[in-house]
Amino acid sequence: MESVQPKAAAAATVSRKRQGSGLLRRMAKRYDLYLMLLLPIAWYLIFNYGPLYGLQIAFKNFNPGKGIAGSEWVGFEHFQRFFESYYFKRLLWNTLSINLFSLLIAFPVPILLALIVNELRSKSFGKWLQNITFIPHFMSVVVIVGILSVFLSPSTGPVNKLIEWLGGEPVRFMESVGWFKTIFISSNIWQNMGWQSIIYIAALSGVNPQLYEAAKMDGASRLRRIWHVSLPGIVPVIVILLILDIGHFMDVGFEKILLMQNNLNLETSDVISTFVYTTGILKGEYSYTAAIGLFNSLINLTLLLLVNRFARKTAETSLW
Amino acid sequence: MARPTTVKSASDGRVFDIVVNVFAVLIILVVLYPLIFVVSASFSDPAKVLGGEVWLLPKGFTLAAYENILHNGKIWTGYRNTIFYAAAGTLINMIMTVLAAYPLSRPDLPGRRLLMVIITLTMFFNGGLIPTYMLVKNLHMVDTVWALLVPGAIATYNLIVMRTYFQASIPWELQEAAHMDGCSNWRLLWNIILPLSKPILAVMVLFYAVGHWNSFFNALIYIRRESLYPLQLVLREILMISQSDAVDASVGIEDKILLAESIKYAVIIVSSLPVLVMYPFVQRHFVKGVMIGSIKG
Repeated sequence: MESVQPKAAAAATVSRKRQGSGLLRRMAKRYDLYLMLLLPIAWYLIFNYGPLYGLQIAFKNFNPGKGIAGSEWVGFEHFQRFFESYYFKRLLWNTLSINLFSLLIAFPVPILLALIVNELRSKSFGKWLQNITFIPHFMSVVVIVGILSVFLSPSTGPVNKLIEWLGGEPVRFMESVGWFKTIFISSNIWQNMGWQSIIYIAALSGVNPQLYEAAKMDGASRLRRIWHVSLPGIVPVIVILLILDIGHFMDVGFEKILLMQNNLNLETSDVISTFVYTTGILKGEYSYTAAIGLFNSLINLTLLLLVNRFARKTAETSLW
Repeated sequence: MARPTTVKSASDGRVFDIVVNVFAVLIILVVLYPLIFVVSASFSDPAKVLGGEVWLLPKGFTLAAYENILHNGKIWTGYRNTIFYAAAGTLINMIMTVLAAYPLSRPDLPGRRLLMVIITLTMFFNGGLIPTYMLVKNLHMVDTVWALLVPGAIATYNLIVMRTYFQASIPWELQEAAHMDGCSNWRLLWNIILPLSKPILAVMVLFYAVGHWNSFFNALIYIRRESLYPLQLVLREILMISQSDAVDASVGIEDKILLAESIKYAVIIVSSLPVLVMYPFVQRHFVKGVMIGSIKG
């Protein structure tokens, strides 16, 4: 393996002035770096950009015999079929509402948890609180849904025993249309609040203590100090995480929804991504569901761009 | 909750402290209770669990559910497969991520910006489920172990975290000095960069390994052969589809239903145990990983 020239840095600055052929020379000099990149970049091109090529079947009638390139073009037929289908309204509403409710209800919880940890006088208790709330994050979705189904079971689950003890009728939570979204979102909070609070706790520990002192001197109560010192201190982090969340607005929790889904709660649990799985992979309607998937990611991308732009203008924080 | 008034008194602070502590205790109870319930139920007499007698502590202590799992071939196969997927998968993940992160961390790599754009874009846009599935199918990876190892070889988020770490924590002067001494990039990476990056490498190994341990969706779409099923797919069958199959055929039908019920609790424990046992020891690293990740790259 060739060693890099002694005056690499100096040579780099010189060639930057010369541009053009200098770039090639600089690249040749760093050939071993490109050699390292060979496998990863090839992987990115195949496994991330390769599917983009296959995406064209959304505008074709994919025929396995003719292959992706050989299948005939049908324009926006599949999109139209989707928009006019019986499922469209239900899928769109479920996808939007589950994500919107998650954003409104689940997003602030880790922030509140971080504030609680920050306000606890006993630091060791704060550590305990953090460590315990992390635990569910490390369990798999399958296990989480398993716990949900035994915990909420109509015959043996403690929740229904409590309801019966209070004189109510047991509820079949997991098979209920009305309960699906509540269970989904609250169990997400249960699983992830501790983990998601880490970043906020770190940000809070970075807030200048002198600001708290100054607020105290001005006679601010502890709630006021939270409102006027703690929260403003972590706003940039909140904004970044909010943008990232919205960037994945349309596909949050797909695996878990799939596991929680059954014929009885389909009316509220059927979302675009699970529909793509069941209709595409299981029933083999590749072109139709590729179109639906594309529709889904276009909404995602649009939302991300919009929110990022909005955040850059108003909060002066953005992803790029 | 105490209203903030213009004049704060000592009692205002005390009430506030009490409220905060009460909330903290409540949160701990809510997080822990379902976990304790599952553990207790797994050690309880299935009849007592079905009768709704188990609230907090085990009733009619028995290891029957665990004994049954011990004799369950599917769970063993799943366990063995998952250990393999986690080990081989993480190895591939680490090699690929390091190979990408190191060159991209070098300020003197021509075209670095463009390469970063190519990589970062994939976080926001991809072909989606169906085209990805078709690609993997066309590569003849469906129903082979490769489908679980190769398509997820790099997690872009982890790559960016590692690159940021290389940039931020390893002095560029050190790399330049090594170059002066005629050290090749491969040797530099192996002898200097990697030994200096142990914390981030540990974090990444953990992230990837836990990811493999817990993943089920790729196996769900790509794996048909039961002999290749990872633990999570076996679990899914036991927890959500047909429970009674999991039980030894030697027991009677009524006991079968009872045992099927308590086996659910036991498999939850058995499958989560490795990660949860590991967790107290590595928890600090995880937190560090999240922190490093939060540095804007």
